[in-house]
Amino acid sequence: MSGMNLTLRVWRQKGPDDEGRMATYKVEDVSPDMSFLEMLDVLNDRLIVAGDEPIAFDHDCREGICGMCGMVINGVAHGEQRATTTCQLHMRHFKDGDTITIEPWRASAFPVVKDLVVDRSAFDRIIQAGGFISVPAGSAPDAHSVPVPKDSADAAFDAATCIGCGACVAACPNGSASLFTAAKITHLGLLPQGQPERDSRAKAMVEQMDAEGFGGCTNTGECTVVCPKGISLDAIARMNRDYLSAK
Amino acid sequence: MKYTVGEPIQDTKAPEGPVEDRWDKRRFSAKLVNPANKRKLRVIVIGTGLAGGSAAATLGELGYQVTSFCYQDSPRRAHSIAAQGGINAAKNYRGDGDSIYRLFYDTVKGGDFRSRESNVYRLAQVSVNIIDQAVAQGVPFAREYGGLLDTRSFGGAQVSRTFYARGQTGQQLLLGAYQALERQIAAGTVTMHTRHEMLDLVVSDGRARGVIVRDMVTGEIETHLADAVVLASGGYGNVFFLSTNAKGCNTTAIWRAHRRGAYFGNPCYTQIHPTCIPVSGEYQSKLTLMSESLRNDGRVWVPKLKGDSRPASDIPEDERDYYLERIYPSFGNLVPRDIASRAAKNVCDEGRGVGPGGLGVYLDFADAIRRLGRDAVEKKYGNLFEMYERITGENPYDQPMRIYPAVHYTMGGLWVDYDLQSTIPGLFVIGEANFSDHGANRLGASALMQGLADGYFVLPTTVGDYLAGSGSFGEVAQEDVDEAVDQVRGKIQRLLAVQGDRSADSFHRELGKIMWDYCGMERSEESLRKALELIPALREEFWRRVKVTGTNEELNQALERAGRVADFFELAELMCLDALHRTESCGGHFRAESQTEEGEALRDDENFAYVAAWEWNPDGTPVLHKEELEYEYVKMTQRSYK
Amino acid sequence: MIDRGEATDSVRPPAAHSPKKPTKPAAKTGRFTSTNGKKAVMAVTGAIMVLFLIGHVLGNLKVFSGAQSFNDYAEFLRTAGEPAVPRRTVLTLVEIVLVLAVGLHMWSAISLARRAAKARPVKYAAKRKNQAGGYATRTMRWGGVIIVLFLIWHLLDLTFGVANPAGSAGLPYDRMVQGFAPERWWVTLFYAVSLVMVGLHLRHGLWSAVQTLGLASGRTRKGLQLAAAAFSLVLVIGFLAVPFAVMIGVVK
Repeated sequence: MSGMNLTLRVWRQKGPDDEGRMATYKVEDVSPDMSFLEMLDVLNDRLIVAGDEPIAFDHDCREGICGMCGMVINGVAHGEQRATTTCQLHMRHFKDGDTITIEPWRASAFPVVKDLVVDRSAFDRIIQAGGFISVPAGSAPDAHSVPVPKDSADAAFDAATCIGCGACVAACPNGSASLFTAAKITHLGLLPQGQPERDSRAKAMVEQMDAEGFGGCTNTGECTVVCPKGISLDAIARMNRDYLSAK
Repeated sequence: MKYTVGEPIQDTKAPEGPVEDRWDKRRFSAKLVNPANKRKLRVIVIGTGLAGGSAAATLGELGYQVTSFCYQDSPRRAHSIAAQGGINAAKNYRGDGDSIYRLFYDTVKGGDFRSRESNVYRLAQVSVNIIDQAVAQGVPFAREYGGLLDTRSFGGAQVSRTFYARGQTGQQLLLGAYQALERQIAAGTVTMHTRHEMLDLVVSDGRARGVIVRDMVTGEIETHLADAVVLASGGYGNVFFLSTNAKGCNTTAIWRAHRRGAYFGNPCYTQIHPTCIPVSGEYQSKLTLMSESLRNDGRVWVPKLKGDSRPASDIPEDERDYYLERIYPSFGNLVPRDIASRAAKNVCDEGRGVGPGGLGVYLDFADAIRRLGRDAVEKKYGNLFEMYERITGENPYDQPMRIYPAVHYTMGGLWVDYDLQSTIPGLFVIGEANFSDHGANRLGASALMQGLADGYFVLPTTVGDYLAGSGSFGEVAQEDVDEAVDQVRGKIQRLLAVQGDRSADSFHRELGKIMWDYCGMERSEESLRKALELIPALREEFWRRVKVTGTNEELNQALERAGRVADFFELAELMCLDALHRTESCGGHFRAESQTEEGEALRDDENFAYVAAWEWNPDGTPVLHKEELEYEYVKMTQRSYK
Repeated sequence: MIDRGEATDSVRPPAAHSPKKPTKPAAKTGRFTSTNGKKAVMAVTGAIMVLFLIGHVLGNLKVFSGAQSFNDYAEFLRTAGEPAVPRRTVLTLVEIVLVLAVGLHMWSAISLARRAAKARPVKYAAKRKNQAGGYATRTMRWGGVIIVLFLIWHLLDLTFGVANPAGSAGLPYDRMVQGFAPERWWVTLFYAVSLVMVGLHLRHGLWSAVQTLGLASGRTRKGLQLAAAAFSLVLVIGFLAVPFAVMIGVVK
């Protein structure tokens, strides 16, 4: 079976200070079983041999869990395939002759480092503000000392599956990090272990989110649709509640 | 490739006496650092996975000045995050006969008697604390309706001691460690450098005193000095190019430390995981693991007929060979990884493999769906099934999954003593980067346990003991720093100067193929000698023809990869040499020459009950130091899972 | 020789590469000036305006009970509370609350919109495909602007009578009937278009307010969104009933 021929329009930007532009590449004989990133690997290999600079993009585990990869494909964060990170998107979802537009996450809190690579350290700083339970190693009581209702544990897990990829921010017309921040507030706030710091956590994380220059949430729901882990808007409602009622 | 045999090496740190008292004894004898002094002491931690992340956080909590590095854009992305199945702990919450001793026993036996009893016992002891710690941090483990923790039995264990968080246990545990780390960053005890890669170790006056790192955004070569250096940089499975490791996983940190004098323990011990999604084509960049927990309910089979090309559903029951159940009636589909992997290879070698190229076997859930119902199966494995479908485009509810073994974990790594200290004083190695605890084969759900045991509980004690003597450390000699920096710059310049016509990836792929074919699931003297011819030739070609675009002074992924591949070449040779010298079969290391009549691995305890610790020798002939292994508690027996 | 421990921080020059090194927040925001706080302000002020609209539409419908009933109702609004408080006290209070609500609602909206524009300064080259939101969600901002313009016209027309054929001296019923007279079809059209905008605004705004105040949950979300849509529809029909009744001569 012969592969697909595709045209790629890719954002190229040498560095943070470069203006950047869209560049066009042709890739031939793309197998439908390839992942999207493997398709870019093939292109990059060819670019290197030709002496051109390969397209820089972030990626690591390539199994949809590390959250490092992420690009806006045809205007949609991680592409149109639902619940799928870029690395797990496969070329069988494209057709021969397609033109694919590939851009970096766009948000002023995620400045472009190079090509499709952006700086997401703002997320780490939001976690630093309070996305944890303070428990130094060795100080924990027996794991069974506090039973956790299964429903709470399951709901906490659902929120905790966030991989911190930033697709929610990329998709949000307001550039808001609400879904990311809310997922952590929800995860920890649903567990008995997270109660002592629940108020301070919600306040500190929301305020850090603002300080990083993310926009506000207008409940458009774009974030939850592109979220590879399907984090629900419930998390944002919970964040709002916790924030407003925090002492 | 030649080698010489040097002086035997000994683990001088493990206390004597009953095995259950040794860790207590060691903790008590460890010297303490006074809190005021801790603030003045610097510790560098390379890597932010379960081991490195938990170590950096804990050292920060204790009051040390910690500097942490990772090559990813955030410490949360380390590849521990991809571990699916679970984490073992001897909690015996089920009352099913588990105990610290049983976990210890299973791990020593599972490691095919090539690990240290003292280390493994400590691991089993500490496992209990890990679960407590993780739960307190808010790790959302699976729970029963009563609110208590759920467990399952996992890869080769007959008790239910594996704690899990759906199929994302590694993610949840790593996020726990990451959050603890971020808390310390906010508190100012840990300074985090993301997108930084360690390229060399600074050794001064015989002690590890710092690292040379490259800022992967600017290309700047930076020197960071400290009183102790901790490597938690993970395993080197990517030497095979195709593995379940993340693309960025590499050997550079430990390899550079090895070249600076740290011995490399058992480099040939590689774990091949039996349940991965098979390769689909030449362009394949990595392999994806399907959690081994699938084997709890899935049945592994191939057609009885060679070259049977019928779709699975058309093959009647009596023409299927459920080979694991047939060969190993008492463990069936749950035999340890090494055994399951090799059995799959054997049936494929017989021409009975399924899927493209005949490199696959079926993992069938039809029975489980009939027995438990589709909903129950979906609840247990839903996310894994979805992942499989995303990658292969096939629906595992309707047709069996195809799986094939893939490189997954390296039991080998830098040699460390009971204190997790390498042969370079002040250089500690934890997690997958060291060689300890798993012997020749790691049991499922034990990697998370080891990484966190090292980081949260063992290292913070033993580093303190070392640092208590820091008063006698001298100043770091400038010439030692300059020499390391020159080395690093020199290598980068050489890579950029070649300007050949092949990408680093293409060499890496070729190297990986050599390793898989000749130093993979089954090794022989002939195959290893062949590899030892091919690798140096390819390495020579690499240095002649590699093409690295761009410059050092920018984000340059081509340069990063080329540097890593160059180190993989050197490591690959040592792996083959180690595999060649160990003429026995044990655990993940299977020598065709050493098998029982039934084709099982045959150990040679008389000649090989030792750890092979290799010393780097600049003239190219490594020196082998043997650490004899003694078993006082677990009697050495031939493993049998029949 | 290098001082132990010094190199870690000093080796690295103040690098310009990473545009966002750990920074302390420039100015800490307070409970109501944070993005979440502003959203809460919008939600609460929005809710106040919705309550007003409910009263408004119920009052409007009195038109169908005849001129007397309608004018009496209008008079009652002015005399409510008498004699305990002077004429128009209650109405003035309501007006003040409404003006405040509109003002705060707009202030929050404008500052959040400006913030959003700053947070997402670069547009995607690929034509953006909205993945989730309906039309109502995307028209909140422009819809809001149209509603404000309408509100101004509406007050001039029917409240102050400046732009009304019956003039400011006319009785409310006359202003209504003459304002929506068939020859002034364009007024009715503008009114209708604007009310549809109000409906859309409410359809997203109502459930959005509930979500913003943290009162929504997964179980109730679908129901809430449906209820918001149904409520908006009923409200718009209620408002449109009057001008159309005037236009087709049912009310004269």
